[in-house]
Amino acid sequence: MAELAAVIASTHHPFYYRASTATGADRPPFADEWVAKIEAFRETLTRAEPDVLVMVGSDHFHQLWLDNMPQFLVGKAPFFDANFHNEEREFGLPKMTLRGEEDLAAHLLRDGLDRDFDLAFSNELRIDHSITCPIITLRPQADLPIVPVYTNIFAPPLPQPKRFVQLGRAIREMVESWESDKRVAVIGTGHLSLELGGPRQFGEHGPDPEFDRKAVEWIASGDIEGCLAEVSLESLHHPGNATHGFMDFMLMMGVAGEGAKADHVDTLDLFHTMEAYFTWYPNGVPSSSGVSA
Amino acid sequence: MSKYLLDKFLYTVDRDPELTERYREDPAGTVTWWEAEMANTVLNCIPAEKTTWLAFDDEERRALAEHDHVALFQMGAHPFLTLTLFIALFERDHGPMEYQRAYGKAMEHISMPYPDIAT
Repeated sequence: MAELAAVIASTHHPFYYRASTATGADRPPFADEWVAKIEAFRETLTRAEPDVLVMVGSDHFHQLWLDNMPQFLVGKAPFFDANFHNEEREFGLPKMTLRGEEDLAAHLLRDGLDRDFDLAFSNELRIDHSITCPIITLRPQADLPIVPVYTNIFAPPLPQPKRFVQLGRAIREMVESWESDKRVAVIGTGHLSLELGGPRQFGEHGPDPEFDRKAVEWIASGDIEGCLAEVSLESLHHPGNATHGFMDFMLMMGVAGEGAKADHVDTLDLFHTMEAYFTWYPNGVPSSSGVSA
Repeated sequence: MSKYLLDKFLYTVDRDPELTERYREDPAGTVTWWEAEMANTVLNCIPAEKTTWLAFDDEERRALAEHDHVALFQMGAHPFLTLTLFIALFERDHGPMEYQRAYGKAMEHISMPYPDIAT
């Protein structure tokens, strides 16, 4: 069976690519610290020596639109082109092409349906920055095949938070029951408190630092029960109008498991939003050579 | 009122660079043309298979024609779509992050709960 080599949860900040590559007067003052944190985070994936990446993210009204909106969708294709005109325009993101792992995608679809997750699928999916940002931060060589898993955190009505946790638990079981000798990392990105297009956007910090503090604690300690007790579709409006993206972190907590303490935790308080990075090693922390200790 | 149609306008104009420029230069003319020619196009269907019933109301038409992002927010247009398009329209006229901050400040009188964006 496949081995779950690492579970990684991250924010996906579309400004990282431009900030990290800018030079001279264009380079923002926080860029060096940000790059250092990302490089340490990247090392946590490199050490796991993955062969395949399951990438959990959310389309931002790029390919998926309100005339036909899936709640959860698996991409099954040999390749995925990436990034859209408006991401190039606003964030300077590059065009990319990633390979797909169709055998694992087929397994997630079949097994997921049989576990009562009515997963949609796409055989021609152009992926956006929710998936390419973590490729850029964690695997910039973009050399590993992926299985994209999209969630709807964006276009209400949304699934309940507990459903994200349940899907995360199922993804873990499904990865671990995949008949393969591959090492799989599951990487998911979301948000802490975030406001986009509302009065609290682009402040000195994220719109709700207290929510961010609690959220980091829930994730780092694997406190799924505590998180589910406080978080609802209604409550997520209060920290900021785009905070439903936190449910992708909850999905990743489901992958990591109840009570699973993260092996790597880091944050960066940027203007506008707090960055947060978490890595779990379900089978023990790998040594620098990649062999499980 | 159709939040869906507002969103469809913002979505289709944002993703097409020529339309984005046209909306910047001639907002009222673009809204009139779009409602006549594009509003009832199903994006995944051939042109002949048009929708028969989508139209803006007067206030929606006015808000779009006047680039009134505050009114769009209050009508429940999706804030991500509005923000993304309006950054494309107007960021170029301002210093770094200046437009984004002004955009938020223009809405500072709006309190929770925000308008429902469900379509």
